[in-house]
Amino acid sequence: MNRNGPIALIFHTLFLAFLLAPILIVCVVAFTSQGYLSLPTQGLSLRWFKAIADNPEFVRAFRDSLVLGAISSTLAVGFSIPAALAIARHQFPGREAITALFLSPLMVPHIVLGIAFLRFFTQIGLGGTFAGLVLSHVVIILPFALRLILAASTGMDRSIENAAASLGATSWTTFRRVTLPLILPGVASGWVLAFINSFDEVTMTVFIASPETTTLPVRLFLYIQDNIDPLVAAVSAALIFMTVGAMLVLDRLYGLERLLVGRGQE
Amino acid sequence: MTAVDSQNIMDTGPATDTAAPPPAEPERRNWAPYLLSLPALALYAVLLLVPLAMTFLLSLNSFGFYTGIQDVWQLGNYIDIVTDDYFHEIFLRTFRIAVLVTLLCAVLGAPEAYVLRRMKSPWRGLCLLVVLGPLLISVVSRTLGWALLFGSTGIINTALMSIGLIATPIEFMYTETGVVIALTHVLVPFMVLSVWASLQRLDPQVENAALSLGAKPFTVLRRVVLPQVVPGILSGSIIVFALAASAFATPAIIGGRRLKVAATLAYDEFLNTLNWPLGAAVAILLLIANVVIIVGCNRLIERRYKQVFE
Repeated sequence: MNRNGPIALIFHTLFLAFLLAPILIVCVVAFTSQGYLSLPTQGLSLRWFKAIADNPEFVRAFRDSLVLGAISSTLAVGFSIPAALAIARHQFPGREAITALFLSPLMVPHIVLGIAFLRFFTQIGLGGTFAGLVLSHVVIILPFALRLILAASTGMDRSIENAAASLGATSWTTFRRVTLPLILPGVASGWVLAFINSFDEVTMTVFIASPETTTLPVRLFLYIQDNIDPLVAAVSAALIFMTVGAMLVLDRLYGLERLLVGRGQE
Repeated sequence: MTAVDSQNIMDTGPATDTAAPPPAEPERRNWAPYLLSLPALALYAVLLLVPLAMTFLLSLNSFGFYTGIQDVWQLGNYIDIVTDDYFHEIFLRTFRIAVLVTLLCAVLGAPEAYVLRRMKSPWRGLCLLVVLGPLLISVVSRTLGWALLFGSTGIINTALMSIGLIATPIEFMYTETGVVIALTHVLVPFMVLSVWASLQRLDPQVENAALSLGAKPFTVLRRVVLPQVVPGILSGSIIVFALAASAFATPAIIGGRRLKVAATLAYDEFLNTLNWPLGAAVAILLLIANVVIIVGCNRLIERRYKQVFE
């Protein structure tokens, strides 16, 4: 009896069409052969994808986004692992407060963080630098990494660690050879989710990026504010293709639902 | 860097750990969690609390077009925002957009989550991928898609007119309607996720039991499914509302410079007018509103639906 009726399926189809329409139109317009925005009615063309290569600022922003995402999510994971282990395994005064503090950037609108970091970095002389971008990104993506690593460490069987310790392993060896491998799936998915959030961030970054060091979404955003042409459609389409590719790989390896629903939010 | 960090931390705490007999145990339990949290705590103190405090102080400064930022302490910016109709209109618009987006997300997202749960295995995973996938695609790209649908290609108006739904084109670009539609698209996956999570706790056999006892499908939906899903809808609504009220990229692209919301107002004050103190005041108000709404509503929901969460 638990099956969808025709009305439910029609609703479902319309819903998916609503979700996919804007994404599909970007990909379709990107293949236009015309010099202006249009549906590719006169045949498909790759000219706008080739045009990306002639706009080094997009290529450079893409590379900066990748480097920024990789460095900041690695740092975020580095900060998260000890913190997650502390919260998962110890009962201590202030535990709830510390957990809430660690997750609090999720509650602060990114526009507010952008303004706060702009003020802070200009005061301490980090304005417009790559280091500033990295530091700010670590703060906003840390909660995502922490949540998944926390879930992994909470569910971990500690008897293996005790066995290692009782067999004479030092605590560092125990951590490296036993604990870390056991929480590795959580660490890896935390890194991926942190990377995605860093890579897609635009609202905060637009305040602290400079023309020399900027990310791809910010570059796209600023370009779109001035004019919308097939070039930005092509850049967006290329981004979408890459995201879909990464998504399929992730889903295979880890399960997208698990990554996004994120077990153990409590 | 990371490895070194964790190494130091792991070494300081457990030094007592391996060699030490029982007496060291309470010692370790007292200090280890704090030492382990220390790097992240220090990071947050320097990079979250200090910048936010500085923004608050900045919002108390005054600004003149010729004098720049004046280092005085006063509430002038807040008074300006509270008394000026120009700001009322922007905040009211922000609130209206956020409410509409939240309602639309609930109306669309909750049934979709229910439909998804009732699908069979291969389809369910595939459809879930399609619904959640957009969350991973940059907001800028998704909003660009709406700008293309609304404006340049005019594909939506052409379609609506050709099926006879409307006689004259609807203005989507630079209107609240356009912003609401695009923001609903950006945020509805959060609602589906939230309702989906609450549906996971509902055993399908309960529905079957109600049916076998003679309840009509609609009664089952109303009496069995809905009570279980309401907390999911409510917590999804908090997320969607908070994100919609502080959304920036989508209103900036679809709304343009004329149709301002709170976030684009703060952006303009900062990067165009260069009135940083006023922009900071707008940001602080947004932050307070956000925290009050999220924390307040969460408390309410948790108290009201305690039995469902357990």
